[in-house]
Amino acid sequence: MAVTTSPEIVEKVRATPEERRATAIGIVLVAIAAFVLWVFALGVDSSFVSTFNLSLPGDPDLTWVVSSQVLSFVVAATIAFIGGWVLRRTHVKWTNLGLAIALSLFALAFLTWAAADKSFSLVGMLRSTVILSVPVTLGALSGLMCERVAIINIAIEGQLLTAAFVGTVAGSAWGIWAGLIGAMLTGAILGFVLAVLSIRYRIDQIIAGVVINIFALGLTSFLARRILSVTPELNSPGRFSTHKVPLLGDIPVLGSMFFNHNMFVYGTYILVIVLHFGLFYTRWGLRSRAVGEHPKAADTVGIDVYRTRYRNVMYGGLIAGFGGAFLTLAQVSRFEENLTAGVGYIGLAAMIFGRWMPFGALGAGLVFGFALTLQQKLGILGTPIPSEFLSMTPYLVTIIVVAGVVGRSRPPAADGQPYIKD
Amino acid sequence: MELALTGITKQFPGVLANDNVNLRVAEGEIVALLGENGAGKTTLMNILYGLYHPTAGTVEIDGKPVQFQSPGDAIDAGIGMVHQHFMLVPVFTVAENVILGDEPTKRLGVINRAKARDAVTEISRRYNLDVDPDATIEDLPVGIQQRVEIIKVLERQARFVVFDEPTSVLTPTEVDGFFEIVQSLKADGKGIIFISHKLGEALEIADRIVIMRRGKTVAEVLPKDIDEAGLAELMVGRPVDLVVDKAPADPKDVVLAVENLTVLDDRNRRSVDGVSFQVRSGEIVGIAGVQGNGQTELVEALTGLRTPLGGRVRLKGEDMTTASPRAMHQANVAHVPEDRQKSGLVLPFTVTENIILNSYYEEPLSRGVIMDWDEARDRATRLVEEYDVRTPGIDVPVSNLSGGNQQKVIVAREFDRDVALVIASQPTRGIDVGSIEYIHSRIVEERDLGAAVLIVSSELEEVMALSDRVLVMYAGKIAGEFDASASTTEVGLAMLGSADEAEEAS
Repeated sequence: MAVTTSPEIVEKVRATPEERRATAIGIVLVAIAAFVLWVFALGVDSSFVSTFNLSLPGDPDLTWVVSSQVLSFVVAATIAFIGGWVLRRTHVKWTNLGLAIALSLFALAFLTWAAADKSFSLVGMLRSTVILSVPVTLGALSGLMCERVAIINIAIEGQLLTAAFVGTVAGSAWGIWAGLIGAMLTGAILGFVLAVLSIRYRIDQIIAGVVINIFALGLTSFLARRILSVTPELNSPGRFSTHKVPLLGDIPVLGSMFFNHNMFVYGTYILVIVLHFGLFYTRWGLRSRAVGEHPKAADTVGIDVYRTRYRNVMYGGLIAGFGGAFLTLAQVSRFEENLTAGVGYIGLAAMIFGRWMPFGALGAGLVFGFALTLQQKLGILGTPIPSEFLSMTPYLVTIIVVAGVVGRSRPPAADGQPYIKD
Repeated sequence: MELALTGITKQFPGVLANDNVNLRVAEGEIVALLGENGAGKTTLMNILYGLYHPTAGTVEIDGKPVQFQSPGDAIDAGIGMVHQHFMLVPVFTVAENVILGDEPTKRLGVINRAKARDAVTEISRRYNLDVDPDATIEDLPVGIQQRVEIIKVLERQARFVVFDEPTSVLTPTEVDGFFEIVQSLKADGKGIIFISHKLGEALEIADRIVIMRRGKTVAEVLPKDIDEAGLAELMVGRPVDLVVDKAPADPKDVVLAVENLTVLDDRNRRSVDGVSFQVRSGEIVGIAGVQGNGQTELVEALTGLRTPLGGRVRLKGEDMTTASPRAMHQANVAHVPEDRQKSGLVLPFTVTENIILNSYYEEPLSRGVIMDWDEARDRATRLVEEYDVRTPGIDVPVSNLSGGNQQKVIVAREFDRDVALVIASQPTRGIDVGSIEYIHSRIVEERDLGAAVLIVSSELEEVMALSDRVLVMYAGKIAGEFDASASTTEVGLAMLGSADEAEEAS
C-alpha cells in the first residue's frame, strides 16, 4: 500500500481561499482600470487641467497643476498593471498592499476628473478627512476596548448620540469643559448598562446593544423636540478652538492636514498611542487580552474576568463619550435629531477593518473620513454624479470593507461569548 | 508538610459528585487518583483549586484548615494545577502565558519582558524542559504546551501540583519524558497528585494509589500490592475484560480508496498532506496518532464535511471527493463523529429526534412535507431496545443521558442499515467501561457483516485492540503502517514521526 510522503503533484480540487480572493480582486482591479480609462481619461477634454490647492488660506501659496487626461491615463495603466500582477498570484500575501495602492490611485484619478478645468482645495479635503475621521476612529477605539475583553459593543452609536446630547446641554449650561465631562460620563454610564446586560444577565450582546441604540435615539429625539426647540439657549454650547502645533503645523500639506486642529483631534492621536502601548506593553493590556482570548485561562490564574470586562466596557464608554462630545462641542456646536447618522456603526466597521488594533482603527478611520468628506465636498464641485449617490459613499465603503475586501482577520477568540463560571 | 482533603462532599442539583472523599498527599510524594470518567475526580480537584466550593468537608495544609474562594487563593496557598484542557492563551507567547496573573512590572504597570523571559529560561533549565520563552503557544506541539503549563505552576512557587489526565494528549515517548519531569519535581520536594484512568501509568509512577468510584474513595493501595486487573476491578466495581474478542479479519473488495488527499484546516494549513490508503470490506483499519496531526480534518474530508484541497476519495470505485454529507450517508457510510455533543447529537432534541436525524426526510419517516412521528417513535423504541440505550424514555432530551448512552444513540442511528463503510472517530472517548465493551463489539460485528471500518483514535490501546491494520498519522502524513501483531512501542515511536524522534526524545 502506498505510503505517500514524497511531494507528488497534487491534483487540485479547488484553490485556497486566499488564491480565490486574489483572483476576484485582480479581476475587480482590471475592471477599475478599464473604468478609469473609459470615464476619467477618455471622458474629459484633452486640454483640461486640474488645479489642486495644497495650502490653506493665509499660508504661502502652493498649487499642483496637472493635465486631467494624462494623469488618468497613467493611473489606469498602473492599476491595470497591479491587477495583472495580483491575478498572477505569485505573491498572494501582498494582495492587500496592491489593492490599497490601486484604490488610492483610483481616488486620485476620481478627484482629478471631478476637478477637471477647475481649481480644488486638496489640502482642505484632506484636512476635512482628518476631522471627519475623529468620531469614526473614537468609535472604533471604543469598540476594540470592549471586544478585546470579548464584549461586542454595538451600542457605540447610542453612546455617541446620547453623549453628544448631554454635551450640548451641559456645555450650554456650565461651559464646554462641563459639557465634555458630562458627555464622557454619559458614555460610561451607557457602557455600564451594556456591561450589566451582557455580563450579569448574559443577554445576547448584539440585542443588548441594539436596544441601547433605539433607546438613545428615541430619548434624545424626544428631549431635543421637547427641550432644545423651546429653549435654544441650551443648544449653543460654543466650541473648542483650533490650535496649530508649533513646528509640526508648519510642514506643507501634512501640517495643515494633521496639526492644525482642536484638542479632540490631538486627543485622538494620543489615545491611539496610549491604547496601543497599554494593550501590548502593560499588565492591564495582557490581562485584558487574555480575558478576550481565553477567559477560563485568565480565571485559573486568578484574574477576575467579570471585573476586567466591566472596567474595560466602561473605559470604552468614556472613549465613545469623548467622540460624542466632539460632535456637538467641536464639529457643529449644536445638537440635532439623529446627529450621528450611523457614524457609530461605521466606527464598528473601522474596528474590524483595523483588525482590532488601535493604529488600525486610526488608519481605517481615515479611510472612512475620506469617504465622508467626498460626500460633503464633491457636491460643491458640481460633478455630474447625483448627490444622493455621493451621500451613499461612506455606507458603500462600509459594506465593501465589512464584506471582506480586507480578507479574513481574527477577532479575539472569545468575542461575544458570555463567560460562565461553573 | 502535607495537603489533606477530609470528608469532602459536593452536591450538584440531582447529582452527588463527591461523597465523603478523603485524600492526602505529602511533600515529595506522588499520589495517583484513579477512577472512571464521572467518578468525581475532576470535581474534587476543582474544589481543591477554588473553582467549586464543597458542600461539606475541609481542606488542610500542614494541619491548618484553608478556604479557597477562587483559584487565586489556591495559588497563593501553594497549589498548582495542570489542567487536562490546557489553560493557555493560544496567541500569546510562552513567557506571556507564564507570567499572566503574576506579572513582573516596571513603573506604570509596564511589563518587564526581560524578567519574564529570564524566569521561564531559569525554570526551563533547572528542570531540563527545553522551552523557548518567545515561541507562540499555538505553534507549539501539545507536549511542549504541557511543559509551559508546568512552568506556569512552578513560577508561582507551587508546593503541591495536580496533573489532570496529563498523558491523554501525549505520545508514548512523550509520556516517558513527562514521567522524568514528574520525578524531578518529586525530588525537588513537591507533592504530586496524578489524576488518570490509565492503570499502567498509575502503577509505574505512583507511590500510592487512591481509587474513586461514583463519587466515593473506595480503596487506597500501594503499587507493589496490586496489578492492572485488580485496579480495573476496583475502578469499575466488577471484573473487566480488557481485551476485544474478535476473529481474524477476512478482507475482501476495496471499499474506501483515498489517493493523495490534501486538506486545509481552518487556518489554511495543510493538515492532511498527500495521504493515501485503502480500507477493504471486512477489515478494521485504525488510524493512530497524537491528536492534532490531521485526523480531524481527514475524517471531515472523508465524510463530506470539509472540501479537500486536492486528491481523490473513492467509495467502491465511485468518486466521492466533493460529495456532500448527505451523499455520503446515502452511499451507506456510517459516521460516528469525534465530538458527540458538538457534532453527533442535537442535545436539546429527544432520543427519537436524534435517532431519525439522518433519515427524517426519507420514506417512511416523512411523506411529502408531513412527518410520521408514530413511525419515528417505533423506530426509536426498537433501536433503544436493540442497542441497549439506558434511557428513561424515548421522549427525553438526549442531554439527560450519560456519555455512554449518548454514544449508543449515535451508533444506533448510524448502524441501523446496510452499512458499507464505518468511519468512527474517538468512538469511546469519555464513556464508561461497559459502554466501551458494547460499542467495540458492535464495531467488530459490522466488520463481520462485511462493512469496511475506519477507526480514528488517539487512545493507542484502543486502536491496537480493535484494528486489523494500523496506520499512524503524523504531521498530516501517514508515518507508518503496522499489522495487528505490532508492539505498542513500535507504533508509539511512529506516532512521533520517525524524523523527529531523536530531537523529541532529548
